[in-house]
Amino acid sequence: MDLKTGIIDILKENARTETADMAAMLGAEEAEVLNTIRALEDEKLILKYTAIVNEEKLDSDSVTALIEVKVSPMREQGFDSIAKRIYRFDEVESVFLMSGAYDLMVLIHGDSMRQIAFFVAQKLATIDGVLSTATHFVLKKYKELGVIFETVDEETRLPVTP
Amino acid sequence: MRIEDRIAGHVAAVKPSGIRKFFDIVSEMKDAISLSVGEPDFVTPWNICENAIYSIERGHTHYTSNAGLLELRQLICKYYKTRFSVSYDPSQVLVTVGASEAIDLAVRALVEPGDEVLIPAPSYVSYEPTVQLAHGVPVAVPTRAEDDFRLDPEVLKSLITPKTKALVLPYPNNPTGAVMGKEHLLALSEVLKGTDVVIISDEIYAELTYGGDHVSIASIPDMYERTIVINGFSKAFAMTGWRLGYVMAHPDLLAAMLKIHQFTMLCATIMTQYAGVEALRHGLESNFASVDHMRKEYDRRRNYIVSNLNKMGLNCFEPRGAFYAFPDITSTGLRSEEFCEKLLYAKKVAVVPGTAFGEFGEGFVRISYAASMENIKKALSLMEEFIQGR
Repeated sequence: MDLKTGIIDILKENARTETADMAAMLGAEEAEVLNTIRALEDEKLILKYTAIVNEEKLDSDSVTALIEVKVSPMREQGFDSIAKRIYRFDEVESVFLMSGAYDLMVLIHGDSMRQIAFFVAQKLATIDGVLSTATHFVLKKYKELGVIFETVDEETRLPVTP
Repeated sequence: MRIEDRIAGHVAAVKPSGIRKFFDIVSEMKDAISLSVGEPDFVTPWNICENAIYSIERGHTHYTSNAGLLELRQLICKYYKTRFSVSYDPSQVLVTVGASEAIDLAVRALVEPGDEVLIPAPSYVSYEPTVQLAHGVPVAVPTRAEDDFRLDPEVLKSLITPKTKALVLPYPNNPTGAVMGKEHLLALSEVLKGTDVVIISDEIYAELTYGGDHVSIASIPDMYERTIVINGFSKAFAMTGWRLGYVMAHPDLLAAMLKIHQFTMLCATIMTQYAGVEALRHGLESNFASVDHMRKEYDRRRNYIVSNLNKMGLNCFEPRGAFYAFPDITSTGLRSEEFCEKLLYAKKVAVVPGTAFGEFGEGFVRISYAASMENIKKALSLMEEFIQGR
């Protein structure tokens, strides 16, 4: 397996893995690993390191909403220019072009339901080319980016087995 | 009447597992980090569990044929053909309650009182007692770190006698992590060709090899007929608790094993067999992507462990199979058991003394990397402190 894939696999699992440990895990030199990571960052293959947070434990009222947006694509530019007008808002976390009943899926993170409702009514729905929106609020997160939120039994194996 | 006198002599003579005493100490220590577990830390992939649940929902709660579900046996044949280039007919496959039952069946089908069975040492704890329970005589074939714990054909040759009935070939090996490549198996086959020795090839770790695929001795010219291949789902699919294994052999040998199985076990648990069907069906469809994922993860831990053990001065050969490292601890001046006990009491890190796998394991400890990277990292840094403090 090449070093690049190995590094990406490890970072996707735990972005805080130390370079020295990565080198040991991949049978490479530390400098080699460091250079490869820098190169991956430079070529924007790795875009950002982030954390998956269980917001419920944060004691905040923040909410996530998933908004279905129907738009009329523009001549020459298709959906891209409308998508751009949407994703430039800081509140917007993700924007995906979808197949099926609607065109864009917009994920928004806000401090309150009110704030999101306001954003949709005032900002999103008023963009030229947006035909309609349907807002769905997230009530509970079970699993996100491969992480299950519920605590599972830690170790169910016997401590010593042949 | 003294009850203990009524126990069969050959059963009483079997020594309890050397790992037991150690288990008791570790069990009482609540916060110890254990690198002494001989099973995957992954849980069974959900699609496999789900198929077992579905089989119960459909009312599959009955016996299966003694040999096991035909669908499962067909898939096992396809699996062995695809992965290891060995062809069997479904009629040559017997589904067992774990590979452990398969080992017992093979030994009991072959061994008569006084027959010798060659067993590489150190090896998994079951082979020797299984032979003793069949009134056979286990004969250790020592393997050495200098040979990467491979079976040396010359040593093997010197131990073959007219009483030798079988050779247990447990590669990839627990506890050493050794593998036997094609060239090594070819050399071995040269020694076996002129003999009547049957090979019991325990290939339970076949999917866990690093830097080269597993080669089954059944694929070596002239070895197919005399080989009993044993494998199971525990290690490849993280299914230890399901107890699902299988054995493949010459029709006459299979018939003998089937006879024992049908009167003792009857059949392997049906829902477990359906889980096995899903494991292989999905695996064959996806080119065993989830097995590949596990193997990659083990490989990283293996690299990490081996490089750090060598750094801290414990000489460790590169294990190319299973999920164990088997470093030499003689540089500490301690014997295996002492090392493990002292490490456990001083640093709360549990590794298994090599002697749990027989006297030839003296001077070594088994470190399992079927543990999270986090625990491996913690345990190794504690081990390093322990060694430096001596």
